[in-house]
Amino acid sequence: MSALVEVRDLVKHFPLTRGIVLQRRFGEVKAVDGVSFDIERGETLGIVGETGCGKSTTARLIMRLLESTSGSIKYEGRDITRVKGAELKAIRRDMQMIFQDPYSSLNPRKTVGSIISEPFIIHRVESDKAARKLAVQELMETVGLNPEHYNRFPHEFSGGQRQRIGVARALALKPKLLIADEPVSALDVSIQAQVLNLLRDLQRRFGLTVVFIAHDLSVVRHMCDRVAVMYLGKVVELGGGDALYGAPQHPYTGALLAAVPVPDPARHHTERRLLTGDVPSPANPPKACRFHTRCPKAQERCSVEEPLLRVPEGGRTEVACHFPLTEGELAQMGVRSAG
Amino acid sequence: MGRYIVRRILWGVLLLIVVAALMFVFFRILPTGDPAKLRAGRTASAKLLSEIRHDLGLDKPLLTQFWEFMKELFLHFKLGYSYYSSAPVTELIKNRLPATISLVAGGALIWLLSGVTVGIISAIRRRTVLDRASMGTALVLVSAPEYWLGLIALYFFAADIGKVHVFPGAGTYVGLSSDPGKWFTSLILPWLVVAASNAAIYARLMRGSLIDVMGEDYIRTARAKGLRERRVIVRHGVRSAINPIVTIFGLDIGVLLGSAILVETVFNIPGIGRLNYDAITHADFPIVQGTVLAAALFIVCANIVVDIAYAYLDPRVRYS
Amino acid sequence: MSSRTLAGTSEPLLRVEDLHVEFHTEDGVVHAVDGITYQVLPGGTLGIVGESGSGKTVSSLTTMGLTRPQGAHISGRILFEGRDLVTLSDAEMRKIRGNDIAMVFQDPLSSLHPFYKVGAQLIEAVRAHNDVSKSTARERAVDLLGLVGIPDPARRIDDYPHEFSGGMRQRAMIAMALANEPKLLIADEPTTALDVTVQAQILALMERLQRELGMAIVIITHDLGVVAELADDIAVMYAGRIVETTSAERLFESPQHPYTWGLLKSIPSLEGSRERELVPIPGSPPSLISRPRGCHFHPRCAYVQPEHKVVDPHLEQVPGEPDHHVACLLSPEERRGLWHALQEGRTPHEAIETVGLQEGGA
Repeated sequence: MSALVEVRDLVKHFPLTRGIVLQRRFGEVKAVDGVSFDIERGETLGIVGETGCGKSTTARLIMRLLESTSGSIKYEGRDITRVKGAELKAIRRDMQMIFQDPYSSLNPRKTVGSIISEPFIIHRVESDKAARKLAVQELMETVGLNPEHYNRFPHEFSGGQRQRIGVARALALKPKLLIADEPVSALDVSIQAQVLNLLRDLQRRFGLTVVFIAHDLSVVRHMCDRVAVMYLGKVVELGGGDALYGAPQHPYTGALLAAVPVPDPARHHTERRLLTGDVPSPANPPKACRFHTRCPKAQERCSVEEPLLRVPEGGRTEVACHFPLTEGELAQMGVRSAG
Repeated sequence: MGRYIVRRILWGVLLLIVVAALMFVFFRILPTGDPAKLRAGRTASAKLLSEIRHDLGLDKPLLTQFWEFMKELFLHFKLGYSYYSSAPVTELIKNRLPATISLVAGGALIWLLSGVTVGIISAIRRRTVLDRASMGTALVLVSAPEYWLGLIALYFFAADIGKVHVFPGAGTYVGLSSDPGKWFTSLILPWLVVAASNAAIYARLMRGSLIDVMGEDYIRTARAKGLRERRVIVRHGVRSAINPIVTIFGLDIGVLLGSAILVETVFNIPGIGRLNYDAITHADFPIVQGTVLAAALFIVCANIVVDIAYAYLDPRVRYS
Repeated sequence: MSSRTLAGTSEPLLRVEDLHVEFHTEDGVVHAVDGITYQVLPGGTLGIVGESGSGKTVSSLTTMGLTRPQGAHISGRILFEGRDLVTLSDAEMRKIRGNDIAMVFQDPLSSLHPFYKVGAQLIEAVRAHNDVSKSTARERAVDLLGLVGIPDPARRIDDYPHEFSGGMRQRAMIAMALANEPKLLIADEPTTALDVTVQAQILALMERLQRELGMAIVIITHDLGVVAELADDIAVMYAGRIVETTSAERLFESPQHPYTWGLLKSIPSLEGSRERELVPIPGSPPSLISRPRGCHFHPRCAYVQPEHKVVDPHLEQVPGEPDHHVACLLSPEERRGLWHALQEGRTPHEAIETVGLQEGGA
């Protein structure tokens, strides 16, 4: 069976314009710049990267919340890159999204019951009021909310509970694909674990396909079967979680992993090689390999020839790099190889 | 920055053209009364009417009339002639401008200084008796209609009809150039009346704005540096809190220049508002049209000045 | 070795004793900080860990005298080099703030004034405590920017904060805090708003600066990884109290408080099996206006016993560990058994059975 979603050469450029009456385009932010990957049925695919790497834009493109500049998105083998109207509505029913901020993504003037039943009304299912209420209360129970709180307002709930409301709303129509965009980064540590466990439970219980977007590498590792690492609008490495975290091949992935502070003071004073500088502007990204300006392994070839995403000899992940990390370098970087 | 200003000015001109077009529509097309009849008087003969029509160009097609109107206005700055005095409207407005500017400038200075000062003190001494008293007073002043305040002021303090003879009363305005002393004293009451409600609004606005700003992270940083509280408030707090005040101040002056009708009427000051009022009562449409366009011009100019000032005040605007 | 965070032989730089901070609001009295004691040695690093509402930020702002303008009711003592900061006048406190004690905040963008150039804000910090000319202060500001690793500081000094990247802004904030070579730097979530590679740079910078300048650091964070990197000692705060405090090594090796266990078991790891389940702490933190009776943590504690709902625990020394204090009513043996079971991957429910406790205090 084919993948649930196939993304090919997806590009999204946001134009930068100036001009008085006639708007002239003087540049563009290359938010997503040629990204290809599959989302397999039933898997959790993680997308990690730092601010401005294009991970959220990618999610919004798949959801068709943004129009792509070029490239294609296939859903269940059908090209949905440009579908409109009823067809789009039908696809939206199958794809749902959970957002980062549980405070601002819920309408404060609506009761929890009406927030969760909104998808039913929009998509005209469960038109019987009593049946709808029952369905909503069942959903509330599923996500660990007290169904008796049906008539309460969002502000009466804590942050973690509000994120549960968002999850219930997303699950209402039994979607095939759930896209979670930084779903726990606004939550306290103890609450974060509650929501992560909930998402993992639901994924197992309903066989959901999940795209999990986050900047926190350990959260992504915990949640995802496969992981895509993005840098400045490109996927630089893609592979199974264990392989990617155990033996990263892209210097950027290695640097990301080495940068994560580990809750173990015994490792405290190991000197790690740190990336210098900040991420360049996506309006003017470096040529060829976009990481070459910060890469400790960069050579002339990296600034001339763009590396393609492929599995190198002996590698276990797809990587876009001319000079993938060697085992010795991994040890030197302080990446804790799980072997 | 230059581009930004040019863009603002072009938008301003466009807005003026739209206002002028609306004026034309209101006065020539909508049934507001036949200008020829108004000019000729009630008992005019049909022949006289058609002569006047011809003189005023009212017998030409509407589009031609519109084109000529706009051409006169934007190329020659001509607004036509008064139906009554036959004086050119531009002249009339020019003559009335000094009085209005005197009134608005003085009043604005008073309300800006007093409003901002009271606002700052209220914000810093929040929830004290002083704060509550000044905000209560502000509420009363905001609610009081200008003409009522004007009449009350005259009733109590005017030299001729007042209970206490302190300030010159209505109709005593003289130009600044002819007698600066009299100019000043005659304007004290009108200034205070114009300033009263605005000062109250500014005080409330400044208070709210400063209270918000004092809760910002960078105020905490300023304190963490060990700066004196006075410096924290003035250099860091007021500097940010003043921005919305600057915006509204420019707009208020622009609006008031074109529409100080009530105060100019109560105090009988020969300004543009008074001119407009008289023109309305006499159905002297060219003057009404002229004053309205002048008001629009003031507002557009004020807007541009505010935008430029804003870019000057906030470096983040300058670069976007 | 004596307990470094509570008492010790060497003279501490900062010693906070039984500090209470309350805010009187329309809804009632907020007990933001509820009797905490800790100390920081010269050149040492204390990490204060807790979630939102634990009082970790309020206690540090109070040390800086920055809760005074908010009308906080403060009692207890904050001894800095032997002087009690609580009793100082505003003017005296101001001379210490930004001079002997400096602070770095979470969000560098909102913490810098948007209308002033970075240089102007640095110069102001220098001149707040030194009677030097503007040009001298400017030279110092350029040096400071260079010290924190901003390239081309002589040019970048005339940039506005919005022209800096997130990492550079936080470097500028640190430069500002260092302006008068403070003896104590308080960093409140200094890397929370930053990307992970930038976070690593900032943490490395703080370590380097501490080595070079010999200042003490109090780092406040919710991230156990960050404290593990930086801190010598750690205090875990919950609902305005310190519930556990010890050296960084001991805290991760043998944590004693069920809340600490909860935090450690709530964070996914970069290594080990992906199948390991997270063990979240149920519920959410209590309101600081009406806190639960007894142990404040009891409504969320899996190991709660009947008396825990009535008796309020105090920080007590862990037997055999002079350096380790915990506020928990479970016996040391029970705690050891529970943590051991949790380490083996058992659920709290299973752990309770292994030590023979009654579940839910029923």
